[in-house]
Amino acid sequence: MKNKLKNLSDTNLLLLITIVVFFVMYLCAMIFLGSGFLKAQTFFNILNANAALIIVSVGMSLVMITGGIDISVGGVVALVSMSCAVYLDYHDGNIFGSVLIALAIGLAFGLVQGFLIAYLDIQPFIVTLAGMFFARGMTTIVHTNPFNVANETFVALKDTRIVVPFMGSVNKLGKYVDAYIQIGVVVALLVVIFFFCLLRWTKLGRSFYAVGGNTQSALMLGINVKRTKFISYLLSGLLAGIGGYVYFLYVGSGAASHASGMEMNAIASSIIGGTMLTGGVGNILGTLFGVLSLSTIKNIVSSAGLGEAWWTNITIAAMLCIFLLVQSVVIARKKRAARK
Amino acid sequence: MQKITKLFKNQIFIPIAALLLLAVFNLICDPSFYKITLGYNSAGDPVLSGYLITILDYGSELAILAIGMTLVTAATGGQDISVGSAIAIAGSVMLRMLCGSNSRAETLQMPIIAAFLIACVVAMVFGAFNGILVAYFKIQPMVATLILYTAGRSIAAWINNNELPIVNDVSFTYFGGFIPGIPIPTPFFIALACMLIIALVLKFTTLGLYTQAVGINESSARLNGLNPKFVKFLTFVILGLCVAVAALIKVSRLSTINYSVIAKDIEMDAILAVALGGNALSGGKFNMTASIIGAYVIQFLTTTLYKFNVQSDALSAYKAVVVIILVVMSAPTVRKKMSDLAKKFNTGKTAKEVA
Repeated sequence: MKNKLKNLSDTNLLLLITIVVFFVMYLCAMIFLGSGFLKAQTFFNILNANAALIIVSVGMSLVMITGGIDISVGGVVALVSMSCAVYLDYHDGNIFGSVLIALAIGLAFGLVQGFLIAYLDIQPFIVTLAGMFFARGMTTIVHTNPFNVANETFVALKDTRIVVPFMGSVNKLGKYVDAYIQIGVVVALLVVIFFFCLLRWTKLGRSFYAVGGNTQSALMLGINVKRTKFISYLLSGLLAGIGGYVYFLYVGSGAASHASGMEMNAIASSIIGGTMLTGGVGNILGTLFGVLSLSTIKNIVSSAGLGEAWWTNITIAAMLCIFLLVQSVVIARKKRAARK
Repeated sequence: MQKITKLFKNQIFIPIAALLLLAVFNLICDPSFYKITLGYNSAGDPVLSGYLITILDYGSELAILAIGMTLVTAATGGQDISVGSAIAIAGSVMLRMLCGSNSRAETLQMPIIAAFLIACVVAMVFGAFNGILVAYFKIQPMVATLILYTAGRSIAAWINNNELPIVNDVSFTYFGGFIPGIPIPTPFFIALACMLIIALVLKFTTLGLYTQAVGINESSARLNGLNPKFVKFLTFVILGLCVAVAALIKVSRLSTINYSVIAKDIEMDAILAVALGGNALSGGKFNMTASIIGAYVIQFLTTTLYKFNVQSDALSAYKAVVVIILVVMSAPTVRKKMSDLAKKFNTGKTAKEVA
């Protein structure tokens, strides 16, 4: 019980750091870079572009809290968008069917990977690595060349804009432009709220923390460790499926190179959001802020005039490095204090 | 019977069984897989060609990386996912040194050996960076190396101002191709030299013992007077050296570099090689020979798939299936169930015989 309490305060501490850093960063951007960042639409655009990443990162955080890792998510997202694209354009599919396909692919990956990891005790890294390879390869096998989806209902859905009242801005011509978000953002926020509640107030959510914090004691507490792990991978797969559809809704095309490196972005977001790979520490709200911090820094770099492509990656890596060091120092100091 | 169970339990059994399986598969499907022909290349030098030679040739980088990756895995219980990016950096440094600031330089700006040594130092510095994060800041290896994985290729592009230098010197192509007069590809000899060195190091120094001790139980290793932090740090530096050698071969093959493509996904292959060798990815005991054989098995698989005209992008799907089968077969739980089953079968048989 004491262990559990200590972990929780770790979670809150890291969460606090993330939120503060995000707001400080956004404030700095507003002050020094001005114009663009003062508009609410800039923020909404960040949300629009990263709705899929938010959903996928939530799944990643779940798995990381139980002490595992899932690097197949990027591949699953690519496979989902390609399969849905082929279904809609080449098989005259409808929207409902394509959503089902996305969910089925995600669930299938979650089921197989969860079974192999939880019940056969194979290292999660290897299993999900194979999952990633498989998904990427299958994407090419499903269809080789990238193409845009022309299905009318789908395009209408893709272009649906949900107007956010009172947040619009006046453009250069003096005309008032409404601020808007896309459907994907609503889905992403629902996912965040749902999993935040699940982790905080349900027995299943608490057992995720217990399993990640200390497998042995979780076992002694009577928690079904294998089933908990299995469920975490199942949920991660399912979320990768949903995230894949949201991604598909945003880009509106299928390509084998879609979402390349997304798994690394998801891991980075989770870590920046205060989830620890050792397990037992993390918060879904932190993950949301992790994604936002990551994409804000990307925006800052590109609008600060550092045009060359390499600066984005280098700053992200530097940011990741700083966050990791802060985490490691904070945890080490807390441990030392606790010992005294 | 006992001998057979002992054989099954031997770690090296897994990669060799996989190798045999692939070999037999190829023999049945198309025996011409094993044909080796002696031909002449455009320069008029004798060269051997054939699928087996291709495997030995292109498996070299992987085998070299597997050496370092095995040590890192054993000591830290984690893997370095930045080796591909680090190869891009080392290769970029090497080309920058050879070509100077002019990317189309007619002559070499410095001896190849000097450029290689500088690349070695750079790669070892990046290895040391990973090592410090892992050993002294106690960050999980996969996460610590994620930093370099993200930034590596960008840094490599930055070093050469995003230009693609081309080396015009013939002698530079020897490392990734053929030395005139010797029909066997040079990378194979480089890999062989690396294996020899690591074999000698493991035999005559305590490196192997220390890494295993640290990997099995860090605190007891420390209580026995070892310095676990330094051992972990050292394994990452050694991996850095391996990366530099692999980068030399990679860059030499093309005489130029493509930052986003060079050594792509090689980190995954290197980790798979270690896993295929039956080494626990959670650290502890390791078997270097098994890892190296594992590396060649993966190259064997890749070459086999290429032979069947599998698209290079679709390659990974087949690889994944094979890997999953191998990993499931070697999973402790499955093995235990299988041996239980075998035992039951045996006792049933003896009971019948007695009756």
